[in-house]
Amino acid sequence: MSQSFRTEAGGRIDRDRKVTFSFDGDQLEGYEGDTLASALLANGIHMVGRSFKYHRPRGILTSGSEEPNALVGVYRQGDQTPNLRATQVELYEGLKAISQNRFPSLGFDVGAVNDFLSPLFPAGFYYKTFMWPRSFWDRVYEPIIRAAAGLGKPPKNADHDRYANLYAHCDVLVVGSGPAGLAAALAAAETGARVILCDEQAELGGSLLSETAATIDGKTPVDWVEDAIRTLQAMDNVTLLPRTTAFGYFAQNFVALAERITDHVSEPDPNLPRERLWQLRAKEVVIAAGSIERPMVFPENDRPGIMNAEAGRTYLNRYGVKVGHKALVATACDTAWQAAFDLADAGVEIAAIADLRENPPEALQSIAQARGIRVETACVVTGTTGRKRIDKALLGRVSASGSVASAGDLACDSLLMSGGWTPTVSLYSQSRGKVMWDEAAGAFLPGQHVQNERSAGSSRGLYGLNDVLADGYAAGEEAAKAATGKSAKVTYAVASGAEAGSGGTLGALPDDRDASRVKAFVDYQNDVTAKDVKLAVREGMHSIEHIKRYTTTGMATDQGRLSNMNALAIASKALDKPLTDVGLTTFRQPFTPTTFGTFATSSRGDFFDPVRKTPSHQWATDSDAAFEDVGQWKRAWYFPKAGEDIHAAVARECEVVRNKLGLFDASTLGKIEVVGPDAAEFLERMYTNPWKKLGVGRCRYGLMLNEAGFIIDDGVVGRIAEDRFHVTTTTGGAPSVFATMEDYLQTEWPDLDVWITSTTEQYAVAAVQGPLAREAIAPFVQGIDLSPDAFPHMSVATGTFCGVPCRLFRISFTGEVGFEINVPRRHGEMVWKTLEHEVAKLGGCTYGTETMHVLRAEKGYIIVGQETDGTVTPDDAGMTWAIGKKKHDFVGKRGLQRPDLVADNRKQLVGLLTTDPKVVLEEGAQITESANPAVGTPADGHVTSSYHSPAMGRSIALALVKNGRALEGKTLHVPMPDGSIPVTVTGPVFFDPKGDRLNG
Amino acid sequence: MLLIHCPYCGVERPETEFACRGEAHIIRPADPSTQTDEQWAEFLYLRENPKGLYAERWRHIHGCGRFFNAVRETVSDKFVKVYKAGEPKPDLEALAKEMSA
Repeated sequence: MSQSFRTEAGGRIDRDRKVTFSFDGDQLEGYEGDTLASALLANGIHMVGRSFKYHRPRGILTSGSEEPNALVGVYRQGDQTPNLRATQVELYEGLKAISQNRFPSLGFDVGAVNDFLSPLFPAGFYYKTFMWPRSFWDRVYEPIIRAAAGLGKPPKNADHDRYANLYAHCDVLVVGSGPAGLAAALAAAETGARVILCDEQAELGGSLLSETAATIDGKTPVDWVEDAIRTLQAMDNVTLLPRTTAFGYFAQNFVALAERITDHVSEPDPNLPRERLWQLRAKEVVIAAGSIERPMVFPENDRPGIMNAEAGRTYLNRYGVKVGHKALVATACDTAWQAAFDLADAGVEIAAIADLRENPPEALQSIAQARGIRVETACVVTGTTGRKRIDKALLGRVSASGSVASAGDLACDSLLMSGGWTPTVSLYSQSRGKVMWDEAAGAFLPGQHVQNERSAGSSRGLYGLNDVLADGYAAGEEAAKAATGKSAKVTYAVASGAEAGSGGTLGALPDDRDASRVKAFVDYQNDVTAKDVKLAVREGMHSIEHIKRYTTTGMATDQGRLSNMNALAIASKALDKPLTDVGLTTFRQPFTPTTFGTFATSSRGDFFDPVRKTPSHQWATDSDAAFEDVGQWKRAWYFPKAGEDIHAAVARECEVVRNKLGLFDASTLGKIEVVGPDAAEFLERMYTNPWKKLGVGRCRYGLMLNEAGFIIDDGVVGRIAEDRFHVTTTTGGAPSVFATMEDYLQTEWPDLDVWITSTTEQYAVAAVQGPLAREAIAPFVQGIDLSPDAFPHMSVATGTFCGVPCRLFRISFTGEVGFEINVPRRHGEMVWKTLEHEVAKLGGCTYGTETMHVLRAEKGYIIVGQETDGTVTPDDAGMTWAIGKKKHDFVGKRGLQRPDLVADNRKQLVGLLTTDPKVVLEEGAQITESANPAVGTPADGHVTSSYHSPAMGRSIALALVKNGRALEGKTLHVPMPDGSIPVTVTGPVFFDPKGDRLNG
Repeated sequence: MLLIHCPYCGVERPETEFACRGEAHIIRPADPSTQTDEQWAEFLYLRENPKGLYAERWRHIHGCGRFFNAVRETVSDKFVKVYKAGEPKPDLEALAKEMSA
């Protein structure tokens, strides 16, 4: 029968709107306003999953985000989201959910054999069992553990949903919309402060939504909530955020909220994101996170049908669902009595109220008596039976000495338990506040404030509806005053009923069972039992941090909100130390599991990182160029013709450049304009080279070191005027070189009269290289004499190119005659197309970064970051010629004198030629003297660059080799998995060593 | 995310606008050639790592671009003081006393 456990009336569900959904393929019905958990319970379904380690049947334990058992997968748009808490999944038409961690079905599960084998899986068994043989780890243990690990199955497809991001500010953030939170929001809003009120649940109101035993200002709690929300909604200074979890409290009142926007809707608006991340800066925060009920730790306390008492009450009062026909209420505190009364009033038979205490309050006992409810005192549950649902509970009588004698058993189909209440101090703890043990409350409570926050209501251990309301109002007033300086006359609503109760218990309850045969669960999600915690203590774990990691207690998605206090009490008893000496683990972000999508927001795919494109990008794309990523830049890698692979294309491009000419987009090079009366002096200090005597119109290669003496960047610098230099840097080094220059200018040499400006994006740069380069550019250049005498290698001049202003450099990174044409960025595409046409006419071609790399390697030109790795000095790179010998100081000069940098046996840049000219070495390969070095032999160096060189008709490589320059002509070896490759050491310049071609 | 006060802009801005550049008041010697190897190694590599107040260099890199100095409490991550580059290092001991008072 459909929804046979639904009450006749009442609750926050909409009985006019029936919703059909499926669970493990079964079609079921519920109502709008249900959670998946309440709808399942309405259909009499308690068993919803199998446990993590022992695969034991598990039911719904709670009604909130702390739920450890009822984790389900929900299908949506063809994919499945795993591990959603059924207590938080809102029901919608067509919802399709599955249970997890079972095979082949929830009812019959092969993995359940683990439960019978459980003596083999004690706490820490991973550490003990899989130690050796070591070789078994990769092939045997790890695959098995991986296959068995985890609960749900990860989704298979990329996340098709969109996630949004929002930055926001407010005066007062109120987290939680129960009595304390609503009162705080009302009070703060009254002062005119900008208030944000968020709550993780779909409906605001918190515990008031299931409170029927009280009135507020003469109204039912639910009516009062509705009025309060109407009041807040009408205020411009208030933002209400249901379905929004404050999951992270960071420095300076920076709070992260995750707002769930479409997950509860059957057919979501495609324009809406699934979730929204709020990055909120609140002047003041009121934490009204409430408290959660502790399960009781007795043997077999995990059978479906066993649930926290207040959850049972919530399902009844808020969702109109009876958790069973016959319930046993086991408790150590007063609040569960109210659950028993509410259920009895709704027609649920109460098998008994079994209270651990010898003398529960008389008042409660007489109410029970009036309802004809059997009451057992000094009574504990010592076990349960029932295969997939509880059918019987064993009871025990606790004597004054603490021993337990059997007190018979009771048939029941549900068991509601309460070990007392634990304040939710997670956010306070995240704000870096230290919790303090409060003996009277029997709980850890917020201590000193580190940030501008205050806890209110039961999250700081305060109970009783009227007190909680008053505390909320006061917290709201205080927060608003602190944030805005303003206050207002606030009338506190007055509640009667729902008074503070007493009682509570911590740790494992006494029983009369054989300890070796029963399991009393502490952490349901991780299958940690009381026995495991005791075992951990016996095996030497004395701090709660160690016990936690050894047993995994408190490491579930609720971060131990349900289990920590019980585990702590068990450990404290086993250690015979006070609770406070055992310590409490720290609560960290996120409060509840948060999707990766929420963290990523829109920074995915094309929006993950900006893409920088060169002026030739469109042309290169149209010409089917292959691209490579260089930092954020998309650079043309090579330009294949029909049928060419990378090797054929690069070989052709290389030959054309050497024999005729080539066109290359060099716009990505970093460019810095250094200007001012002290510009030359500044460069003198920043670079190894001398600059003062560099003539206007001349260029020089510059080498930049750090203070330690290592090469960090290089580039050509042209002197445009006495007080103006055009500095180029490597593509990747542009921002750091600029930052380094700024650093020295601002902090070390503020007396220098120099300005620097990044001009990387201002210029488009086309490089024309090859014997016919001059011929190709000549028709377009005006105002510059291009003849070799007037404009020799390493010259710079300003003029026009195609009628637009240009800085023309005669420089070469290929060893051929070369020009680099710098024009304003907006003319870059026009200049590129003009040159491409002209170059093609002369038999040349465009070339990409791969050809550029080969051509420069043939010439032995280094690339910073490829030949250097932050430990290479100019001498190592064979570039002492770049150091101004007469300079007294420059950045890195003193560093170069350090003992290790002038020591023998440093690695030096050399060329390598393989004996077999066809073999191209792997970049990064290690180099040794011996062909078959013994295991553990340190390498003498490594290959930094390696290519097939068309100009040489063979492979070439550059390498850093210990004492390399002295080894010229010697044979070394590059050991590889399939054999050692013999190589001969040469100088690093393979092609045109005298450099005649540059000056053509 | 921290909020940092830029002494040049005169405003508090989020941490993402800034870059930390390590310990402050490490001055490059006027004439490095006079430094012994030990002195130079100290200048290059040796830095304080205190639990407590620490004077650091920060740059408002996505703002005004200026370098400035800040005293940060390394346990609480709180910025105690910001000041312009070139201004003298505050007396950290006195500051700590002032804070605990």
